Amino acid sequence: MSAFRFTRDAVDGQSLRNELLDLHCGGYASFEGWVRNHNEGHAVTRLEYEAFEPLGLKEGARIIEEAVKRYGVTRALCEHRVGELALGDVAVWVGVSAAHRDEAFKACRFIIDEVKHRVPIWKKEHYVNGDSGWVNCERCAADAHSHAHDHADHGHHHYE
Amino acid sequence: MSGVKGLVLSGGRSTRMKQDKAVLAYAGESQLDRAVKLLQSRIRDVYVSVRADQTQEPTRARHRQVVDAVGGPEGPIAGIRAAQASDPQAAWLVVACDLPLLDATTIDSLLAARDADRVATAFRSSHDGLPEPLCAIWEPRSQAALDAFLATGRNCPRKFLINSDTLLLEQPNPRALENVNTPSEFQATNAQLTPADARRALRVQYFALLREQAKCSEESLQTDAATARDLYAELAARHGFTLPAEMLKVAVNTEFADWSRPLAAGDTVVFIPPVAGG
Repeated sequence: MSAFRFTRDAVDGQSLRNELLDLHCGGYASFEGWVRNHNEGHAVTRLEYEAFEPLGLKEGARIIEEAVKRYGVTRALCEHRVGELALGDVAVWVGVSAAHRDEAFKACRFIIDEVKHRVPIWKKEHYVNGDSGWVNCERCAADAHSHAHDHADHGHHHYE
Repeated sequence: MSGVKGLVLSGGRSTRMKQDKAVLAYAGESQLDRAVKLLQSRIRDVYVSVRADQTQEPTRARHRQVVDAVGGPEGPIAGIRAAQASDPQAAWLVVACDLPLLDATTIDSLLAARDADRVATAFRSSHDGLPEPLCAIWEPRSQAALDAFLATGRNCPRKFLINSDTLLLEQPNPRALENVNTPSEFQATNAQLTPADARRALRVQYFALLREQAKCSEESLQTDAATARDLYAELAARHGFTLPAEMLKVAVNTEFADWSRPLAAGDTVVFIPPVAGG
């Protein structure tokens, strides 16, 4: 099974972890991104994720391959959920096993950062007041219409 | 041909088309450029007739211009008269820029039949048999008569030619002088002039904000757009996309692609809004 996947069901971190078990490995690091209840001062009620899956699978697999090569880790996996998510749901799961903890941490961090920037996945937030918006899209579009926008970081982090 | 200069009229108001007709593109090239190129294939000195407020418009700014006199007559006759004033010795082969079916055969037969001793040489309309003033050679001797005509408060060039010593010819191609005034006429003519292999059948898939704005997740379409960049511009205009192209990436056949990559029939194109995974 590919090391980068999409799922429409709840992410099962325990069984993903089991795929990384390897007697050569002395360390394992994982990361979960969760749906939180606020963003940029807005109360968030739920999220929708949508992906261009055929390209997302290719780009995700390339990221995993780069992480393995770059940090010399033994195994790495990433699963991203798509569809409707509720508060507290796991949106993305990353796990890495390696001979030593340092590479495992670094590779895990590398994978989540690259996935956020490169994989064609989009997030729509629904707010308490009934509004909704595509993260990183609507504000850029509005900026482009009102004036020449700069490329300030529009990243909205749901964790970190 | 010595003594004959070319003039492409581009000063019209394009009111029925609701957009500047000179800039409308047939098979990827503006009407104005097409007309200028056609005349340049037969005549050395070719000018574009513009109103004073059009000189900087980019499509017109590329060409040698004759500018209408401020406060002079209105309409096409203003352009003809301004060209004559700029070179009173020349005969002017005048064509409107909105004749997309105008061809070299028509220009050649006009030049071949030219009678410099008449006021003008023109074609008989294939619709009503009356002179076609906007694909005609206007001789130097028409100037005094034109001024006298204008002085009576009239400015219709066709009426002028009807009442003048005009040599009238049959059109070698009866459709060559059909003009295009409305968006639906433009679409029909453009489809006719665009070679079949230049229009590509493509599939476009939409995601996220673009899917909502396009109100569909995919569509199949025929387009003249040569590159992904051209295609986005076409679709942004059709669907009202708010994201500027600089904010997007593009994928062709499920792989990231360059915006300038030529599109081929059968390609599947996806425009990728700013991503937000995690």
